Amino acid sequence: MTTRLEIVDLTVVERGRTIVDGVSLSLQAGEVLGVVGPNGAGKTSLLRAALGLHRRQRGDVRLDGRELAHRGEAERARLVGYLPQERRVAWNMPARDIAALGAPDRAADEALALAESCLTELEVGALADRGVLDMSGGERARVLLARLLATRAGVLIADEPAAGLDPEAQFLILERLRARAGAGAAVIVTLHDLTLAARACDRIAVLHGGRLRALAPPADALSPEILAEVFALHGALVPTSAGLTLTATRVGATGSRL
Amino acid sequence: MRPILVLAVLLLAALAVSVALGETALSLAQYADALARPASPVREILLGIRAPRAVCAALVGGALGLAGAVMQGLLRNPLAEPGVLGVSAWSASAAALVIATGAAAAPGAVETAALAGALAAGAVIAVIAARFREPETLILFGVALAALGGAMTALIFNLSPSPITIAEVQAWLQGSVDNRDWSDMAPELIPMALGAALCAYAAGGLRMLTLGEESAALSGLPMARLRVAAIAGAALLTGASVALAGIIAFVGLAAPHLVRGSVNDDPARTLAPSALAGAILLTLADLLARLIPSEEELRLGVVTALFGAPLFALVAWRAARSWRA
Repeated sequence: MTTRLEIVDLTVVERGRTIVDGVSLSLQAGEVLGVVGPNGAGKTSLLRAALGLHRRQRGDVRLDGRELAHRGEAERARLVGYLPQERRVAWNMPARDIAALGAPDRAADEALALAESCLTELEVGALADRGVLDMSGGERARVLLARLLATRAGVLIADEPAAGLDPEAQFLILERLRARAGAGAAVIVTLHDLTLAARACDRIAVLHGGRLRALAPPADALSPEILAEVFALHGALVPTSAGLTLTATRVGATGSRL
Repeated sequence: MRPILVLAVLLLAALAVSVALGETALSLAQYADALARPASPVREILLGIRAPRAVCAALVGGALGLAGAVMQGLLRNPLAEPGVLGVSAWSASAAALVIATGAAAAPGAVETAALAGALAAGAVIAVIAARFREPETLILFGVALAALGGAMTALIFNLSPSPITIAEVQAWLQGSVDNRDWSDMAPELIPMALGAALCAYAAGGLRMLTLGEESAALSGLPMARLRVAAIAGAALLTGASVALAGIIAFVGLAAPHLVRGSVNDDPARTLAPSALAGAILLTLADLLARLIPSEEELRLGVVTALFGAPLFALVAWRAARSWRA
């Protein structure tokens, strides 16, 4: 197996508060790694610091064996693609033009053709001419993911790609990211839906208070103990015909109908 | 390419009309005389007075249109423009200081001050924009910057011992291309050309910023360099415009707004059409200022503000849509 991304002892401090605390993990080619944790666990900060968007207190981030910070902008963009959580788009550009922003190093018509194929892959090919501000939130999320896919980078990092989407779209997006992993990419996704994470990811990193609490295949990483300790959930991942499914109640929720 | 061609033709037409029409009504015979005889007095009116004025309006409008488009792309905000963000006010204030202190006699002093003021405001905006990402917040800071620029100018008036200086500066602040000749324009062509080149260089970065700072930072483009180029370019264009014609607000807002739809909202492709649209708008605005009958000729800056301020409200109304999304 080829290690694509290696994070060693990554620590992020903001205003005196440690928000990512000595996290180490590595990502293999062909793998989908899920990053989960309660709100404020440090998921986004971990990704942003790994990508150089946030200052790290200490730690190394190696991309294909070489420190990310030592790589030039263009080289870094070829190796890693990032989909931020923020989905605000400034201008009402057509979906095709937005997706083509994933490939700024290619000739314009080549980038547009690539953009169209990525939009089609996410089942929004018919909307290629529509302005992204004239779309629903779910449609726009797919267009932005198409931009990530159009980067053709070997490491794809998506922060909350499934947030706010209907269930079918969530499955579709994770399927497409899995397909990229199948083609040799290494993928990191942050997710809140633990069932979705358990089904879509090969391994899961559980963050809690900035620390890495577990890094293992889904059934181990989301064991009943960790569900209780990290997520305050009383329950377990149960194998069903559709795959692992979370059945849980809130710890201490006696008598609640939820 | 098509919007650019259409706008270029419209600009030529606007310039032709602006040269042909004016306070002095001319007969067909007089136009024919002007064309036929190099020494005719009508020719002097057309080419000696009206033509430089029209070209000056077009030049300033083009610079402001381009500066507005670049600022909007950079700040991802359809309300951004040199006037709204206070760049013009700082530029004018610096120039006013030079005039009030009597340093204006030195060649190029006013121009240099206007450029320096614009660059200083640009630097402040760059720092604020890096810290606060919300487009609404930036406009609020722009209001503060513009108010500060205005206050500094008022302070200069306040402390100035000479009423003649005050009248001079005030007239110039209202924005005008009256009585400009070719020799006034020549020195501003250098900062304008340099500013335009920097803006063209930054175009790809502006397009990438559509997706936000983080996506742009990882897009592979040298964003830090492109950002500096965009700010410096917009500041040079604004400073040169202010030096040439005083404060002319809202052209930088209106021009990108008018052309954006024709280029699929692409901030990079908005640049050239915005420059042309700004040139057309200001040429026509100056024509209007000259043709509206009044005791005292209307100031160009007054005309653009009268049309521009309601447009600002309209754009704000529509921008709220994308900010909510």
